[in-house]
Amino acid sequence: MRSLTLALRALRREWRSGELAVLWLSLSIAVAALSGVGFLVDRIGRAVQLQASEVLAADLRVESDAPIAADEQSRAQQLGLTTARLSMTLSAIFNGDANQLANVRAVSAGYPLRGQLTVADRPFAAGTITRAIPAPGEVWPDSRVAAALGAGLGSELSVGSRSLRVTNILISRPDQSSTFVEFASALLINDADLASTRLIQPGSRIRYVLLLSGNSAQLDAFRRWHQSQEGRHERVEDVADASPQIGDASKRAARFLALASLVAVLLCAVAIAVSARSYVRRHLDAVALMKTLGASRRLVLAVNLWQLLLLAAVASVLGAAAGWLTQLWLVRVLQGLLRADLPPAGAWPALVGFIIALAVLAGFALPSLLQLTRVPALRVLRRDAGPPALGFLAAGAPVLLAIAGVVYGALGEVRLSLWFLLGLAAAVLALGVAGAALVRAAARVRGSAGVAWRYGIANLARRRTESITQIVAFGLGIMLLLALAILRDDLVTDWRASLPADVPNYFFVNIPSDLRSDFEHELQAQGARLTRMLPMIRGRLLAINDRPLSGLHFPGMRGRGFADREQNLTWAEELGDDNRIVEGHWWSAADQGKPLVSLAVEYQESMGLKLGDRLRFDVGGETYDVTVASFRKVKWDSFRPNFFVMFPPGLLDASAGTYMTSAYLEPTSGAMAQLVHRFPGVSIFNVGDLLAQIRAVVDKAVTAVQTVFLFTLLAGLTLLLAAVQASREERLYETAILRVLGARRSMILSSVLAEFALLGAVAGLLAASGASLGGAWLAHALDLKYRFNAGLWIVGVLGAVLVVGVAGWISTRSVVRVAPRSVLY
Amino acid sequence: MTRDIVLEARNLSKEVSSPEGPLTIVRNVSFTVTQGESIALVGPSGAGKSTLLALLAGLDLPTAGEVVLAGQALGALNEDGRARLRAERVGFVFQSFHLLPSLTAVENVMLPLELAGRDDARQAAEGMLERVGLAARARHYPRQLSGGEQQRVALARASVGHPTVLFADEPTGNLDTATGERIAQLLFELNRGSDTTLVLVTHEAALAARCGRVLSMDAGALTRDVGTAAAHSHA
Repeated sequence: MRSLTLALRALRREWRSGELAVLWLSLSIAVAALSGVGFLVDRIGRAVQLQASEVLAADLRVESDAPIAADEQSRAQQLGLTTARLSMTLSAIFNGDANQLANVRAVSAGYPLRGQLTVADRPFAAGTITRAIPAPGEVWPDSRVAAALGAGLGSELSVGSRSLRVTNILISRPDQSSTFVEFASALLINDADLASTRLIQPGSRIRYVLLLSGNSAQLDAFRRWHQSQEGRHERVEDVADASPQIGDASKRAARFLALASLVAVLLCAVAIAVSARSYVRRHLDAVALMKTLGASRRLVLAVNLWQLLLLAAVASVLGAAAGWLTQLWLVRVLQGLLRADLPPAGAWPALVGFIIALAVLAGFALPSLLQLTRVPALRVLRRDAGPPALGFLAAGAPVLLAIAGVVYGALGEVRLSLWFLLGLAAAVLALGVAGAALVRAAARVRGSAGVAWRYGIANLARRRTESITQIVAFGLGIMLLLALAILRDDLVTDWRASLPADVPNYFFVNIPSDLRSDFEHELQAQGARLTRMLPMIRGRLLAINDRPLSGLHFPGMRGRGFADREQNLTWAEELGDDNRIVEGHWWSAADQGKPLVSLAVEYQESMGLKLGDRLRFDVGGETYDVTVASFRKVKWDSFRPNFFVMFPPGLLDASAGTYMTSAYLEPTSGAMAQLVHRFPGVSIFNVGDLLAQIRAVVDKAVTAVQTVFLFTLLAGLTLLLAAVQASREERLYETAILRVLGARRSMILSSVLAEFALLGAVAGLLAASGASLGGAWLAHALDLKYRFNAGLWIVGVLGAVLVVGVAGWISTRSVVRVAPRSVLY
Repeated sequence: MTRDIVLEARNLSKEVSSPEGPLTIVRNVSFTVTQGESIALVGPSGAGKSTLLALLAGLDLPTAGEVVLAGQALGALNEDGRARLRAERVGFVFQSFHLLPSLTAVENVMLPLELAGRDDARQAAEGMLERVGLAARARHYPRQLSGGEQQRVALARASVGHPTVLFADEPTGNLDTATGERIAQLLFELNRGSDTTLVLVTHEAALAARCGRVLSMDAGALTRDVGTAAAHSHA
């Protein structure tokens, strides 16, 4: 406790004298940037998730063709999840003699759990939001049903054996576009009326859905519980399952946000490390004196540990508060840009910010601090007596632990984290080696430069270790920022490119094979932009490696679903540019007719398959034994026909069913009516609404990405501030001596400019090289196309020279103003 | 009258490695110092005076020989043990003062008492500052004090714990003659007043002459050990 008292006193005194201001400031800014990003990522991340969840009208859906077991709902409620029920069936609806086939949706109170219903008093009017559902005895037909039946408010519709009164026209519901089934005209009734309609009969096809919403911990707990239950017929679906396109966009946004905040954390960590180093340097004399006056090593360590801890605590609290205020302001600024209100920030990021600040501080400052305790007391007589150099393990282990913890915390995947760490380690090593070589080379050429440059370069060479450390720190910071910038551009370009204005907005299914080319011609004649046309065959998987599916256990949640249901299968000669082979080979002309199969990675992962596995399919009564030849990564957001399971041509041709394709058609053109007229058997699906929803998600994600990137830039500036401040005291002394020797201010400033500009140039050059490599790897990790970027080198090098040079110059300007007397005497 | 031996050097040697091979800085030095004595270590630059002082105070360890300070063999103590001994029995004054720039004058004087866990640190420090004539400057930071004032604060800090031995390394080296004279006077006053043993390293003959004994060094070895007139007036 004595050490705590001493630490408190020392802290109070050092605080009063302004000694701690710099470290405290950089710590606070670091925490502010950290928690600011955390808060924002948290809030925007949740907004994106919410927007995506609207497609399901819930966060999770439990679905089955049989009634959902009672314990599914009771378990969900136990876990604190909100629940609602939804049952769907197709039925003919009557209004007098007029009838129309429609999707009858019986819903319970609370529906929809995500998104909103809009209603009006007549079909196709602008809707107003309602939080209600039809009361018992009421029915809300959608515009198409109402128009087809000529029904209005007050009409009595026959639904099964019940007569229900129309009290609202349903204009929109959030889950109208997640799957093809949902595209049919629909009407809403109250769950309580379902039994009395007698639509539930033996043999009738009813889909039962339990809607769930809650926080991710609750949802995860529910998924885990559901997975642990054997022999369930219910299937759990989230937005990625129901709408892979939206799942893709929000997953990538979440990953990018995690990476961006990770980069901010790392930048701040380096800033803290730099500050801690200079803190230790400044305290060498004080510790030597304390030891001379009789302080033990333990006491010195304890006092300094307490000091740093107290400092971190205060900085964390203030930093977190500043971060929270900043995100509040940012959200206010962004409000107009975002379509939905952002949900309020949770307390979690503040706590995480605090924990990360402490972890980073411990990891990065502890080695320096331990070194402080080893300062010999002899230093009071001989200034050159310093602490012994730290062993690699002592210096490296806490840093490594802290970084590994932070990286894993942000990415949450062991493999990705390991790759990131390896890349980081390689970058630090490369930067260190290249930095050392460049510092040495600079020292050689200094004879040929003017006096200011000569002195600047000499400074770089003399402070060799510091220079290399700064090159590594700046280089790493700039590199991470550049890599992130490339990635951001790639991400945004990729998203926008994947959803151009003319992305297919119609799907055509059930095209008879003999009408295939007629249909294509007709579409072209109507001015449609066509995508590929693929056959669609129904089939069922029977066995894997000769083992029947019933006895198998599947690693992925969707595995059982794939196993139990009929699948849409296809065959194709071309892979298509929205598919990429990640393992194995796509077939060549020689493979035609061979028993091979290519699977989407989602299928592979949920079934736990590997190359060479033998699958047995039942297609139209015939069994096919095929070998897994490749795995494909599918870009589901291309809105082209895509299938989990693909065969080579020549194998299934005999069992050809129908064809499907997608195309873009001007929504206002009259083409659709003509197509329907000429090809009455072809099913047409309009995915325009779904596209609008996906665009909203993407827009939100893009805004989030840009904003978080801004924060990361701020973190980079913090690092710069810390690094420049670190050498301030030494410069104060040197500058005083130089001025005593007759150097003019302008000469000193020029030399500082030369030194920092050179430092920036070296760091920028190395950073641009690293960022190109890192960007390529990150793009790969996020499934983006990497584009070489020459601008990166220009921005990297020139930007670094400018920013580092100017920052050094500004901070040293005040040093030059200090009178030499006050420094030297 | 016999007095206790408070400091003893036995065959002390210190060797360091240099680019030209091993370098002996202190060579086989032996002497004893009794309580209340004042000793001056004199000699040309590079004679090894400061290194010897560091060895005597336990700030560094000899390569051969032994130092016994206040009855404790320093070689038998670890770093923390030596630190504890210094906290209890030793005071220090340096040529460049070594005041902590972030602490006020009184806080600098309080520091050794605080390290020793004393509750009356402030009171004792204020009393000591008054004795060196700086009561009015107690709240000033080192940078607001003149060189002489800073050294007086350092002197107060060295004496506040009533050390058995006070080591001083060129205590007037950074001061003008008049200020140096006032500091020297204060140093000897404090030494006499509290029966502290004083060991000081100096270049200045006048300061050396005020000590009871002068040990001369050259090339690391002790060349002369003589009592002075001051020794007789002192005793």
